[in-house]
Amino acid sequence: MNFDFSDDQKQMRDAARKFLTEQCPPKAVRAVLDGKAAYDKALWKGLAEMGFLGVAIPEQFGGAGAGHLELCVIAEEMGRAIAPVPFSSTVYLAAEALLIAGSDAQKQKWLPKIAAGEAIGTLALFEGAGNPSPKAIKLAASGGTLNGVKKPVPDGAIADFAVVAARTGSTGRESDISLFLVDLKAGGVEVKELTNVDLTRGQAELTFKNCKAEPLGAAGEGWGVITQVLDRAAVLLAFEQVGGADRALEMGRDYALDRVAFGRPIGSFQAIKHMLADMYVSATLARSNCYYGAWALSTNAGELPEAAAAARISATQAFQHCAKNNIQVHGGMGFTWEFDCHMYYRRANATALTLGSLSYWEDALIDRMRKKNAA
Amino acid sequence: MNFDDTPQEAAFRAEAKAWIAANAPKQYEEELRKASLGRTVIKGVNLLEAAKAWQKKKADAGWACLHWPKEYGGRGASPIERVIWTQEEGPFGNLSRVFIIGHGMCGPTMMAFAGEEQKRKYLPPLASGEKIWCQLFSEPAGGSDVAGLRTRAEKQGDEWVVNGQKIWTSGAHYSDYGILLTRTDPTVPKHKGLTMFFLDMKSPGVEVRPIKQASGQSDFNEVYFTNVRIPDSQRLGAVGDGWNVSLTTLMNERMSIGAGVATGFPELFEFCNSLMLEDGPAIEDRNVRSKLANWAVKASGLKYTSMRTISALSKGERPGPENSIGKLVAASMIQDVAMYALDLQGAAGVVSSPEDAEVAGKFQAMLMRAPGTRVEGGTDEIMRNIIAERVLGLPGDIRVDKDVPFNQIPTKGRA
Repeated sequence: MNFDFSDDQKQMRDAARKFLTEQCPPKAVRAVLDGKAAYDKALWKGLAEMGFLGVAIPEQFGGAGAGHLELCVIAEEMGRAIAPVPFSSTVYLAAEALLIAGSDAQKQKWLPKIAAGEAIGTLALFEGAGNPSPKAIKLAASGGTLNGVKKPVPDGAIADFAVVAARTGSTGRESDISLFLVDLKAGGVEVKELTNVDLTRGQAELTFKNCKAEPLGAAGEGWGVITQVLDRAAVLLAFEQVGGADRALEMGRDYALDRVAFGRPIGSFQAIKHMLADMYVSATLARSNCYYGAWALSTNAGELPEAAAAARISATQAFQHCAKNNIQVHGGMGFTWEFDCHMYYRRANATALTLGSLSYWEDALIDRMRKKNAA
Repeated sequence: MNFDDTPQEAAFRAEAKAWIAANAPKQYEEELRKASLGRTVIKGVNLLEAAKAWQKKKADAGWACLHWPKEYGGRGASPIERVIWTQEEGPFGNLSRVFIIGHGMCGPTMMAFAGEEQKRKYLPPLASGEKIWCQLFSEPAGGSDVAGLRTRAEKQGDEWVVNGQKIWTSGAHYSDYGILLTRTDPTVPKHKGLTMFFLDMKSPGVEVRPIKQASGQSDFNEVYFTNVRIPDSQRLGAVGDGWNVSLTTLMNERMSIGAGVATGFPELFEFCNSLMLEDGPAIEDRNVRSKLANWAVKASGLKYTSMRTISALSKGERPGPENSIGKLVAASMIQDVAMYALDLQGAAGVVSSPEDAEVAGKFQAMLMRAPGTRVEGGTDEIMRNIIAERVLGLPGDIRVDKDVPFNQIPTKGRA
């Protein structure tokens, strides 16, 4: 049995950590946090040069053609560094949607640009409050034009193109939903930036007015693609969450070792030790669930829907748990703008919602386990 | 990344599988499969005899204590082979619980500290299950703080005379031998005055009394020592070095790798799949689903944590610290699961007799046994200390009794 990443993949993780430690220190994250830039452009370019943006994109489309396991190890490092770049929206959502449903021409048009850091993509799915559901999609497509509003759209204000879920029927079935590809720079879309919990990542409202769009995949098959994209992204984002959870745990541990109160390091008090031990437990459970998700993703196994939901739930819980208790270990200093704790707290709580909320994935997991059980 | 055996592992698995298929006591399989916490019974069968028979059969064919050297009754197998065996033995492994302490803790301690002649004499019948061993560490005054134990051993000629009391000794009532941690010098700080022995449980002056647990069952015992004489040749390690010897024992505490730790989740999932609530099937209730999902990811998290450990063993590496979470997570989870299963049964959840209760009282038995799981083999709090100190590298707690002679440490909180 070899339920672990290969030595090559671990080397890639080390390279990514080294690169991000140098190119994405907390100071760089703060530049975006403080509103000095919408995202870290230099870092984005550097990630392209390292080959990280196209790691799972086939060589024929300008990528490295490595695979999803390689993308998982990079995702973990991106989460650890809470990199302020549109990585998840471009690479997990837009690129995966193109890989699943794109025509050769569409892939040829966008994937090489993604790999080169020349195009930012996103998925425009949500229309206000609620979780992923075909019923929630009102944005209408007819005659190759889109009309309606999407929000929140991750990185929507900086994206060059979007995969848009639109209504093309009214039967009340999943087959009412189709996907479209929209060049956001070609007009027909109003963009409004939305201030959000995670100030290091953007969210936007996109208003489509007679916006020209080309179909992505077959008409009426949009929801199936969305489901696949969300499952894949759930695994990849879970790795980011585990990376973030681990880093928050380390920050708490380090502070507990250094901070002295009542004449001793606070890490010698059981109240603090036990809190940190519980954070380790959460992070470890999440990591193991993520590994299973990585295996299912990389082998395109039938277990992917269940494994993705488990990884998503476990990693969401772990990152939220570690991020909030990291602040608690830090005490008052943890609640200052100056300390980095809140950046992890922000990212943890925003990421928890990105692909639909925890309760949505809980529901999905049990549905999927039941199906397997019945089979 | 894959779950596949290497060719050698596959060959070993095939051999183990074939032998088990031909030799395992299949008449017990169904009931052993249904065993859950607080309930391992096979109707009309003496479990101890069944366990000994299966162990002897394994030993005769070279399948007992796989990781022990052959000359001591083992197979000289690798750690991964031991895991594969556990996976293949499956429910029949539930028969081996009476041997866990002996094989997992007493045997390795004997191997590390007994003389060669003693090892050749005592280890093979321990491996084959003909002799059962117990571990006599915990005391009324020394549980989590086991080094606070008070059972005295005093040297008289070539013998030691032991007086005191042990508690929570699993299987003492059917054990033939035990390893015993005693205080030989109360005038030095507590960790420095301890000495380890092994003894014949039939020695004059040893009295075993079962403890009636909160669950009403009796899995553990109190053991009283009154002028029990132990030859000095049965001392394990140097006089005063008992604490270090006991660490060897505790380090060898059975790693629950391969067999998986009981969380109660499979039972709860099955129960929710069949249970009807007022508004429809329980499994379709949003509240139920949320609870189930949270436990599902804990159970799968533990399962795949164990897979990571097994992978390290398969590659001949030392497993990482991740497996240290298993007991902590599973113990409180099974308690919560049991409480929730009763909650789902509503007022009827109070009924516990197997013939009248929902699903034969499985969850009621689990509920009543669960508090013990959070204490035995290291309390939740001790497990958290271990993770915090050994995994995260946090400092140990301040020990006010560290440099105090044992006989000057206060023994009461309030007068």
